[in-house]
Amino acid sequence: MVPFAGWEMPVQYTSIMDEHKAVRAAVGVFDISHMGQFIVSGAGAEAFLNRALTNDVSKLAIAQGQYTLLLNEAGGVIDDLIVYRTTDKEFYLVVNASKIDEDLAQLQSLLTDADDVQLANVSSMTGGIAVQGPKSRAVFTAMFGPEAVFPEHNTIFIAATPEGILWLCGTGYTGEEGFELFTPDSQIEHWFRKAGEAARAEGGNVCGLGARDTLRLEMGYPLNGNDLSQLRSPLQAGLGFFVQLEKPEFVGRETLVRQKAEGLPDKLSAFRMIDAAPPPRPHYPVVLQGEQAGEVCSGTQSPSLGIGIGMAYLPVEASKPGTAIEIEIRGRRYPAEVVKKPFYRKS
Amino acid sequence: MSNIPDNLQYRESHEWIDATQDPAPVGITDYAQNALGDVVFVELPKVGRQVQAGEQVAVIESVKAASDIYAPATGEIVAVNDALAGNPALINTDPYAEGWMFKIKTSSTSTLLDAAAYAKVIA
Repeated sequence: MVPFAGWEMPVQYTSIMDEHKAVRAAVGVFDISHMGQFIVSGAGAEAFLNRALTNDVSKLAIAQGQYTLLLNEAGGVIDDLIVYRTTDKEFYLVVNASKIDEDLAQLQSLLTDADDVQLANVSSMTGGIAVQGPKSRAVFTAMFGPEAVFPEHNTIFIAATPEGILWLCGTGYTGEEGFELFTPDSQIEHWFRKAGEAARAEGGNVCGLGARDTLRLEMGYPLNGNDLSQLRSPLQAGLGFFVQLEKPEFVGRETLVRQKAEGLPDKLSAFRMIDAAPPPRPHYPVVLQGEQAGEVCSGTQSPSLGIGIGMAYLPVEASKPGTAIEIEIRGRRYPAEVVKKPFYRKS
Repeated sequence: MSNIPDNLQYRESHEWIDATQDPAPVGITDYAQNALGDVVFVELPKVGRQVQAGEQVAVIESVKAASDIYAPATGEIVAVNDALAGNPALINTDPYAEGWMFKIKTSSTSTLLDAAAYAKVIA
C-alpha cells in the first residue's frame, strides 16, 4: 500500500506485470474511488464551463463526454479532466484526486454573482471502479444483466438502481475498451467485488496503481503532476486536439494563441530505451548531444514491449521521432531514441 | 508465507548469504522479491571489487522501484550471475538458487541473522 493524494492505495494486488497483461489480454478492475467528481448545473453552466475549460462543451449532446483541460491565466495546466453533459443544463466532471481543491478554487474564482451556476463537489461521497480490457463487455453483462446497455466510448449513462444511482462512463486510462462506474461510496465495495469476480471468470483480475501507470504510459497518456504542470501549456504537452482556440475566450487562451504564432519552447516527447537498461524513472536527466536537455517526466519498463519507455520535454527540433538521446541513470548514460506515441499498438 | 531456508544467513535489508560455501553466494530473500515485484534489470558489481560488509554493491530494478543491495560480508567479488542479464526474473522465480547475484570470497562476515531472527524482522 502507498499513500496517494490522501488515500492508501495498493500498487499491486498480485504483480504489476500480471495485472498489466490481464488488462491487455482479458480484463482488469481498478478501484478509482480517489478520483474527484463535480456537478455543474444551471442555465449558465455551459457558458461557464466554456470560459473555464479548453475544449468546447457546446459540442456535447446529452450523454456525451470529452477530455478537456483547466488552465491558469498563464496557460499552464491545473488539471486534465473529463466533462460529460448529463442534461441540457447539467454537467458531470471527473477530475484528478490530487487536484480537487485546486480545481474547485479555480472554478469558484471564475464564478460571478451574475452567473446562474451551481457547483457541487461530490468527490467525498462518491466511489468508483474502472473495468478495462477486451473482455469489459462480458464483465458489464455479468454485473448488470443482458438487458443493460454498455456505455459506448465517451458517453455517460445514468442508472437508478435499488442500491443508488450509477454513473456509467465509456472512458478509461489504458487504451483498452472499458467503462468507469461512479456511485455513492457505501455501494462501491459491493460493485468492486462483483466486478472482480466477473473479471476473474473472464481470465482477468483486480489491478493496482502500478499497472494503471504502466498501461496509461504505453498509450502515451499524460499523468498530471508528472507530465502536466502549471508551468507548461497543453500545446507543449501535445494536447492541442483538446484545445478549441476558435472559442472567443477561455482562461489561458492568450498564451496559447501566442505560442501557436511564435512556436513552442519545448514539447512533451516520447522515448524508448534502445538496449537492455534500467527502466527510466521520473527526474532522471535527459541528455541531448552530450548536454542535459531536460528530465524524465514519466518513465517505466513497458510490460507489453519489454523495454524502458518514457516521456520528457525536449526542444522542438529534438522532439522528432528518431532523435538520439541518452538517459542518465546513477551517473551512467544509456542510449534512447525519440519515438511516436502511442508506444503500444494493438496487433 | 515467505520461504526462509535454515542453512542461510540474512541481513535486515533482505539479502541472504550462504557462508557454508566458499566463495559464498549472495541474493535477496523470497520476502524481498515478492515485495519488489517483477524484476526487470539487475546492476551487478565488477568481479575483483573489494567490498565492505554493509556497502551498497548492486541495484535491483523492478517495474515498481530501484532498490540498493548491500554486501552481507567483507571480501572480494569473485563471480557474478551473468544469467540475470538475459533473465532478471530469475530473482522472482528462484531467489535462493538460480537467482543468486554474486559470490564473495569472504575474509569476515558482519553480524548476520539466522533464519529465525530474520523471520521476526519480516513478521
